[in-house]
Amino acid sequence: MLAGMTANVVFGLLRAAVLVAALRAANGEIADYGIAATNTYVWIGQGLLGFILLWGTNELAERVRSGDVVVDLYRPWHLQSALLAQDLGRGGYAFLTRLAPPMAFGMLLFPFQFPADAVQWPLFLVSAVIALVISFACRFLIDVSAFWLVDNRGLYGFWNVTSGLLCGLTVPVAFFPGWAREVLWMTPFPALMQSPIDVFLGHGDPLRTLLHQVFWAVALLAAGHLALQRAVRKVVVQGG
Amino acid sequence: MADTIYPRLIGARLRSQMSYRASFALDLLTQVLAQWIELIVILVLFGHVSALGGFAKNEVLLMYAFAGIAFGIADLFAGQLDNLPTYIRTGTFDVLLMRPLGTLPQIMVSDVRLRRVGRIVGAIAVMVYALAHSSIGWTPAKVALTILTPLAGAVIFGAIWVVTCSVCFWIVEGREFANAFTYGSNAFTSYPVNVYSAPLRWVMAFIVPGAFVAYYPSLALLGKQDPLGLPGWVGWTSPLVAVLAAVVAGFVWRFAVRHYRGTGS
Repeated sequence: MLAGMTANVVFGLLRAAVLVAALRAANGEIADYGIAATNTYVWIGQGLLGFILLWGTNELAERVRSGDVVVDLYRPWHLQSALLAQDLGRGGYAFLTRLAPPMAFGMLLFPFQFPADAVQWPLFLVSAVIALVISFACRFLIDVSAFWLVDNRGLYGFWNVTSGLLCGLTVPVAFFPGWAREVLWMTPFPALMQSPIDVFLGHGDPLRTLLHQVFWAVALLAAGHLALQRAVRKVVVQGG
Repeated sequence: MADTIYPRLIGARLRSQMSYRASFALDLLTQVLAQWIELIVILVLFGHVSALGGFAKNEVLLMYAFAGIAFGIADLFAGQLDNLPTYIRTGTFDVLLMRPLGTLPQIMVSDVRLRRVGRIVGAIAVMVYALAHSSIGWTPAKVALTILTPLAGAVIFGAIWVVTCSVCFWIVEGREFANAFTYGSNAFTSYPVNVYSAPLRWVMAFIVPGAFVAYYPSLALLGKQDPLGLPGWVGWTSPLVAVLAAVVAGFVWRFAVRHYRGTGS
């Protein structure tokens, strides 16, 4: 756990330094991000990374590959809901161990932009939880793809490589050129990371941001549900 | 014996990975993309500014490319050390100790993942672009420096990997701690070191000799003054720093392996 925090802090320091150097070269502000907002962005991002678990374990896909998934499907539960419940529980623990420490670290040691309005705190929390649900829904879809691909490690690797950039972890989505911003906001990626940060910083209309998130959460969970339903129909259990 | 067995071991690994061509091609492409993520970040930032820490776009790209090639080569041979915690926890490290070969070389050739070449290819492409778009007064010495820099950088990264992974002999779940320095050094060295705050710079540029991977050699190539005040010849010392880092890493590894106690049968 301490090792994970070291990694978060080191990467946070590196990211903040590069972004702040860019701000200095741009007379202190890029796309509504001043020094304080940028530090806040970095430390919330480092915290959310572990909370929403952007890069999961691909465990379910491995169980599909090995056939162990039959045991999961056998149980009298809705597999997707059960795993979502598990992930929310993990999130509760990660809130204390992964989200809170980097945020506290940033608040104490760096210029930090606190929400102007107290209502932004609970809204941020809601937004972060929806982001966790979307992250789960994406990971679930990648896992379930193993029913068709058998070896989904290519897709899993592709997700791990690209998601950090597309969701606004490495650089704020607002820094991208206009056309790229428009394309990105049509995808669920910003809803994973940029949305909670926007709500905290007071960038954009929070209600709109939350609605965008809810839409993607529902759409991706529904897609996962349908995919699993179809997959189950084609499962062939080998052996007795 | 050792001089024929290592090429054979590596050869066997490579052949096994080439057997699924489509899957291998996709993996390779993903690695090129992985390398280019930071390139996109640099380009996005330079959409708003004309210099970072006083360095123009092509100069930063050169540092990023040197760091990327060096990290790619190091990852190819030392990345396997990330599995060390598993070897230690399950006791399979005993097997390595029983064989009449060095433990470190055995781990290094245990899982050479050819797809990581994708990172190197992606970085070399950027290096060629950056060199072509910079005004460098080429001399034979500078050509040699261009070729030696990624190699020296790879040795430095490899040494960082060995030293930080040695921590796993004491703290078994130390992988993320090690990654903060291995992957962290890659991120650190991709930008001019004068953008970082002084404490961070001391740790990552000089104690961990990250500044010698890309920053100082790039200054020497570009003929630029160091904003931090070190003299110009420092840019030529990277191979020396690499040798020193490798020696230190060798000692740390020996010390760490002596500390290892098997889990019994």
